[in-house]
Amino acid sequence: MWLWFHKLSTARHFYALATRLTPWLGWLTGLTIALGLYLGLVVAPIDYQQKDAYRIMFVHVPSAWMSMMIYTMMAVSGAIGLIWRIKLAHVACTAAATIGASFTLITLVTGSIWGKPMWGAWWAWDARLTSELILLFLYLGFIALESAIPDRTKGQKAGAILLLAGVVNIPIIHYSVLWWHTLHQTASVSKFGIPSIHISMLTPLLVMTVGFMLLFLTILALRMRAMILETEYQSKWLRQLEESG
Amino acid sequence: MTRAFGALLKRDLILVARTPGDYTTPVIFFVVCTTLFSFVAGKDIAVLKSIGPGVIWVSALLASMLSLEGLFRSDYEDGTLEQILTAPAPLPLLVLAKAFAHWISAGVPLLLISPILGILMNLDSHSTAILVVTIAISTPTFSLIGIFGAALVISQKKAGMLLSLLTLPLCVPILIFSVSAVSAAADQLPIGGHLMLLGAFFVFTLTLSPFGTAGALRIMLSN
Repeated sequence: MWLWFHKLSTARHFYALATRLTPWLGWLTGLTIALGLYLGLVVAPIDYQQKDAYRIMFVHVPSAWMSMMIYTMMAVSGAIGLIWRIKLAHVACTAAATIGASFTLITLVTGSIWGKPMWGAWWAWDARLTSELILLFLYLGFIALESAIPDRTKGQKAGAILLLAGVVNIPIIHYSVLWWHTLHQTASVSKFGIPSIHISMLTPLLVMTVGFMLLFLTILALRMRAMILETEYQSKWLRQLEESG
Repeated sequence: MTRAFGALLKRDLILVARTPGDYTTPVIFFVVCTTLFSFVAGKDIAVLKSIGPGVIWVSALLASMLSLEGLFRSDYEDGTLEQILTAPAPLPLLVLAKAFAHWISAGVPLLLISPILGILMNLDSHSTAILVVTIAISTPTFSLIGIFGAALVISQKKAGMLLSLLTLPLCVPILIFSVSAVSAAADQLPIGGHLMLLGAFFVFTLTLSPFGTAGALRIMLSN
């Protein structure tokens, strides 16, 4: 088991595995998102209050979850990279940052499109919106820091430290903004107790979430492969792999 | 250990004392920035009064960010920082000394000038007093968050923008509770909770920032 992890953490084995898995992941992503969209746009009933407009939720909510999950994943991965000095973990951080920032942006844009008919405004300085915006700034700060440091390894390590500082601060920022004042509807799906959302709407939401996770993994694998190619283009194993495949 | 702390603190303060620009520029910036907002708000005193605490606070935040950029600059360029890293005293402690020196040279002047700005913004005496108290609790927190950011951007020539992008989002909670403390004071509401939270943020950064900064410095100066 540990040996397998260790093997996977080398660029060579990861590259081979990612090359094999990417097409499967890609197809699975397409199918899941198609199913989720069908369930969400066609099968799910109209909301009695928000009419059809609520359907944007099936994109908005999963991308909001993803935006937070990816940041946490990056922080964990950065910590792994710093503690066990695994280069691949840093590569994963760098590769995930742009994807996470994109999900955050999607959340903000869909949220403001949703907010216009519901609240009557494109933007409100409401707690969850504002924390999501700050999350976007944290992503952008990480990307900017990494790209500003010419030495890639150093940049990735500095970025990992910044991620750790960010992840410690996210709950604090979130709750301070929450106490500041709020307008957002409260979370409908929670792990504790019965969710306040009907099963016919919950199913497409969860399917879309799985679809978005798969999408994230697919893009992550592609980007990590590209980054490994960039840094390892001179190595022997890569040339052998290309010649044999 | 305490001797190393004292020595570094003394050295940094002497250096600052010999370059008056280091402690006067943030103050001037603070005043200019606040003044600019009063032009935007127009002549309506009620508007000025309601946005006053926020304006003073944002200006204070920006002013302390400005002075951070040079925190490690000369030490990094002339190699002093490498000596600090190899010193027998624990690095987080030395980082703390530098943050403390930064607060004395950049935070305290802001603190001293802030009551005057409070009067300019038509705040009553009670809320001005609370404004000073919040600035007193929070500028050390800024120095601690800022020194962490400054360590990360140490190798950059023009680090100001990047430094702001890294540290300003982390300062949001402090801004929120400081401004709402002053607004609450203006409305005669209790402010104990706000001040306690600000104190908690200070203790929190005081415990974590020296270690984070030390880690960042080690990475940035390793070869």
